[in-house]
Amino acid sequence: MAGKFNMAPNKVPMPERDPKERARCFQEVAMGYTPEQAREEATRCLHCKAKPCVSGCPVGVPIPDFIAAVAAGDFLQAYDIIRTTNSLPAVCGRVCPQENQCEGKCVRGKKGEPVAIGRLERFVADYAREHGYTGKQETAEPNGKRVAIVGGGPAGLTCAGDLARLGYQVTVFEAFQVAGGVLMYGIPEFRLPKTIVQQEIQSLKDAGVDIQPDMVIGKILSVDELMESGYDAVFIGSGAGLPRFMNIPGEGLVGVCSANEYLTRINLMHGYDPKYATPVIQSKAVAVVGGGNVAMDAARSALRMGAEHVYIVYRRSEAEMPARLEEVHHAKEEGVEFQNLCNPVEILGDENGRVNGLKCIRMELGEPDESGRRRPVAIPDSEFVLDVDTVIMAIGTSPNPLISGTTKGLDTNRWGCLVVNEEMATTKDKVYAGGDAVTGAATVILAMGAGKTAAVSIDEVLRGKA
Amino acid sequence: MFQIVEKKKLNDAVVMVRIAAPLIAKKVLPGQFIIFRLDEFGERVPLTVADYDREGGTITLIFQIAGETTRQFSLLEAGDSILDLAGPLGVPTELPEGTKSVCVIGGGVGCAIAYPQAKHLHSLGLEVDTIVGFRNKDIVILEDEFRACSDNLYLCTDDGSYGTKGFVTNVLQQQLEQGKKYDVVIAIGPVPMMKFVCKTTEPFGVKTIVSLNPIMVDGTGMCGGCRVTVGGKIKYACVDGPDFDGHQVDFDELMRRNGTYKRQEQECNLFRKEVQ
Repeated sequence: MAGKFNMAPNKVPMPERDPKERARCFQEVAMGYTPEQAREEATRCLHCKAKPCVSGCPVGVPIPDFIAAVAAGDFLQAYDIIRTTNSLPAVCGRVCPQENQCEGKCVRGKKGEPVAIGRLERFVADYAREHGYTGKQETAEPNGKRVAIVGGGPAGLTCAGDLARLGYQVTVFEAFQVAGGVLMYGIPEFRLPKTIVQQEIQSLKDAGVDIQPDMVIGKILSVDELMESGYDAVFIGSGAGLPRFMNIPGEGLVGVCSANEYLTRINLMHGYDPKYATPVIQSKAVAVVGGGNVAMDAARSALRMGAEHVYIVYRRSEAEMPARLEEVHHAKEEGVEFQNLCNPVEILGDENGRVNGLKCIRMELGEPDESGRRRPVAIPDSEFVLDVDTVIMAIGTSPNPLISGTTKGLDTNRWGCLVVNEEMATTKDKVYAGGDAVTGAATVILAMGAGKTAAVSIDEVLRGKA
Repeated sequence: MFQIVEKKKLNDAVVMVRIAAPLIAKKVLPGQFIIFRLDEFGERVPLTVADYDREGGTITLIFQIAGETTRQFSLLEAGDSILDLAGPLGVPTELPEGTKSVCVIGGGVGCAIAYPQAKHLHSLGLEVDTIVGFRNKDIVILEDEFRACSDNLYLCTDDGSYGTKGFVTNVLQQQLEQGKKYDVVIAIGPVPMMKFVCKTTEPFGVKTIVSLNPIMVDGTGMCGGCRVTVGGKIKYACVDGPDFDGHQVDFDELMRRNGTYKRQEQECNLFRKEVQ
């Protein structure tokens, strides 16, 4: 260590594109630290004994160790340290809600801002990639056992990466043309460049993970057929991609879509780029219903697609918003207009069946409900109409019944989520599951944590059998 | 990559391709579809599987050149490959228990999908009548194939240039009025045609199954782009369908929603014309 700590109360700021300029293009908003900035921020870490930051990380990255390497200027060694427990550091550094995880536990956060762990992780991963460094990978000898992973999202990729490192022959079955799951179709380019996601996936392929695209498990092959074809275990990480609608009048009008559809057209299908064939709805004024990260992503994408007005319509107040703080902040800077404590009651249409307004009602917060959040209650006679031509529903998703519905012995709960025990074992022998397929829509890093736990369990069970 | 092993033009605007896709060929059943993407820049487009050869490991697709992607597809030849093919998707056609007689109705390129249905039902030993309709004589497809699997084939053209003059609904109406009893009518074709077939059968109380063709993106139930209103409830055609009880479908909504990207589709075609 350089000896003395940087006791500045605030994080070293990260350069960002100007809000006015960036709100009209899909280039990444946050530009990342320079090596100097990274080293300066790294010396803010006090290397406390308790390491609460590590306990806050769902995949247990040895945070003080990698930060020490950054402070010493040994960025590639820092990369190797992160990669011992995290397969997708360039992704996590960008999209984790650090304020609720590692950084939320940082001692420095008690007086001033916590150490910018996410920014440092991102810097290290980007530095390694830009220098063509793919890391020291210690992979065990092949053990001759095969594991099938259903779904190439964060849970599946993490499970695949960990098992490959342990010597398993791993195949990932992905329904789309490309692996990555929500990292490819959901989170926009301006927050998470797709080339970075694909490079992280390439490093998994280099480690021996086989990825099979266009394979809709439950249709082309069932989970049982995978087992019969010689896989020793199956991990299901098929996510929660089934979008919910509100069941209010007008949802069948032209100009109403789910955030999943809107974002898939833009991100996965590159709908913002005229070189690609997939069309995206062109809007003048857009209402995005919801207050999570998906709502922020859809709203900010709509601005970039050329909408003049974009509203977030959220039934609670800003304090209850589940979206990452940074994204809410960015959305405001870019000009997204917030209609909080406001709930849609009807989508209005013209004589051609196209959206021409969203009728909403004002809300106030009442008594706390069973989840502890104050329940929003409609204020009588407070209806008003938002002048919009597009309505994007971002009110959540549920697990797709495609796999549970075609696999006997796989129990689900009343929300359609797969039931697992602490080891991530489902009710079916040798079948494990994790991520949003189990929890319902949650975060990338929680899915990765689940994939990691499942890899450990699968390894224990299959080694026990040997 | 998925290789085209055979290609045939069925008429000026309708193309048949047989594609090597052994895993899909092994599983697919009548009524199911695939999603294809031609190349890296391509869009994902659904097509119903028109036929399959489980042993040969191929599936047959028949499509009409209706826009930019199908135009590009039509330019490919045997030996060429397309980048992505995902399926089989959707649920296979299900007939009510005890069905003995069926009337399969195809409109235009919808006949490409009606044909495998008719063939399949005929092979199961059911009584199969087919009514196929085309705009004019020049675009008639699969006539011999239909004849081979139909107890009665009724062919009509809008302008009377071949077969009976008129629409499929005229023939159907006549049959039903003459007391012909069908356990099920299956209608596949343009949305207005399916709508009017349902209007025709409704007073006779004949169960009518339609194969809907809304806009799709993923085809696996994760975007809701293909949602249709059936019996007042939202259904996703890609996972709950594409077959539905025609008497429950909101066809007008489907027609409107299918026009969502009309402007972009036209711009795309105009752009290509200027380039050519």
